[in-house]
Amino acid sequence: MSERSSIFDMIGPIMIGPSSSHTAGVVRIGRFAHKLLGKVPDKAVITFYNSFASTYQGHGSDLAIIGGLLGMKPDDIRIKTAPVIAKKAKLIFEYKTVNNAGDKHPNTIKLQLTSDQKTLEIVAESLGGGVIKIVEIDGFECSLSAQTFTLIIKAEDIKGSIAFIAEVIAHDDCNIATMGVSRKSKKGEGCHFIEMDSAINPITLMYLQNLRWISSVIYLSDMDL
Amino acid sequence: MALLFDSFQAWKIHCESNNIALYVPVLEYEIALKGRTEAEIWKGMETAYTVMKEAIHTGLTQDMTSRSGMVKNTGKKVHQTTKVVLSKEFQTLIATTIAAKEVNSCMGRIVAAPTAGASGILPGILANLQNIHQLSDQKILEGLLVAAGIGLIIQHKASISGSIGGCQAETGSAAAMGSGAIVYCLGGNITQVFNAVAITIQCTLGLVCDPVAGLVEVPCIVRNASAVAIAFSSAQIAIADGDPVIPVDECVVAMGEIGENMESKYKETALGGLAATPTAQEISQKVHHKN
Repeated sequence: MSERSSIFDMIGPIMIGPSSSHTAGVVRIGRFAHKLLGKVPDKAVITFYNSFASTYQGHGSDLAIIGGLLGMKPDDIRIKTAPVIAKKAKLIFEYKTVNNAGDKHPNTIKLQLTSDQKTLEIVAESLGGGVIKIVEIDGFECSLSAQTFTLIIKAEDIKGSIAFIAEVIAHDDCNIATMGVSRKSKKGEGCHFIEMDSAINPITLMYLQNLRWISSVIYLSDMDL
Repeated sequence: MALLFDSFQAWKIHCESNNIALYVPVLEYEIALKGRTEAEIWKGMETAYTVMKEAIHTGLTQDMTSRSGMVKNTGKKVHQTTKVVLSKEFQTLIATTIAAKEVNSCMGRIVAAPTAGASGILPGILANLQNIHQLSDQKILEGLLVAAGIGLIIQHKASISGSIGGCQAETGSAAAMGSGAIVYCLGGNITQVFNAVAITIQCTLGLVCDPVAGLVEVPCIVRNASAVAIAFSSAQIAIADGDPVIPVDECVVAMGEIGENMESKYKETALGGLAATPTAQEISQKVHHKN
């Protein structure tokens, strides 16, 4: 059984209309990408799949995703004019649509972002009520709610890495809510996705970052703050 | 152990045996399950009520025309007309509800309560209830918590999503939450509050979700208006000890059963009902062509 709803799911979320899956969830997907980059991207190619492909304009998802990429929250009244603000922020964007992608959730978005010559690709689903699931980052499969403290660690695929990382986090008195590891091949690079119930100390992050077999550590604190 | 909002019966027994008001277990639930403080919860409810009132104001003062062109300032028209069909209060009730819902359709800021498609209903109900009866803000916030508890049970036993249960799950749930809040705020007892919920559900059972061109506009906006009328009529019946006969928990189960058996073309897919009419098809073509 899934976790019970909050009373703020009944009286809330506070959001820009018209539809939680088409606006609130989509803003959060864009905002997740913004947080991962730490800034507004230079270029964004946005692909709407399946149901989203035919409904994204009527419901304003085209404006919502840009608002999110600019770092706006789901209740930001500037979302309606996000493309104008994007122009000022020098964000170049284009929309694509793909219908009948049978392997994807009806409300799926893919973001292909460029920032300072670096690229970032995210695939995410909008599940309703503003709830989202990030299902792929740079080709690594994951299942992130973006609702809690999240660690994304890219590391060599070596024995004991999962236990080691979990131990380091436990020593920081952080409880792991969910953890997943994805890799593209044996002995290749692996990506650890960890959702925690509380914030992690900067010194713990620095320690992880300095390990020879870890190539990158991205930490996202509570995204809705 | 906090009450989990599995049934109205358990909520009633919990309140009566502990001699506490209906909103108290809702507070305790959020504190126990979500780790929020009581102060955070009151602040959150206050913010939500403020945004609801702002939405009404926005809808009555700014241009409410949607991208599709189907939303055309109906809230303002209802508010300004000199032709009063029932009473000034009723006119304002309908105007403010439509105004808040039009803000949602026009990409303004709203509170999804419980969903964005039903976001005109609680604002319309609570703002007018407060004005007419000169209720304190505190009383309204308690009413919001009661409404949240009602929503939790409906979500658990049936659904609050149009794609799962049709419009009965969205505007029906919001109206049920609102009618319970009305009776609570006016000092009704627990039986009367839950009877209001039962009666509202009886009035909205079976309502399909058939949005024209798939947009949250037609008939969503007028259904928000009819939902507040149903909520007040249910509250009037219940507070006078009118008997719904079928207990509220059984009404919720009926709602879930109807939702499960409803064909998918009546569940937000825009394939049936009003959405399938020739005029709707024409509008849908235009909306997609324009884009």
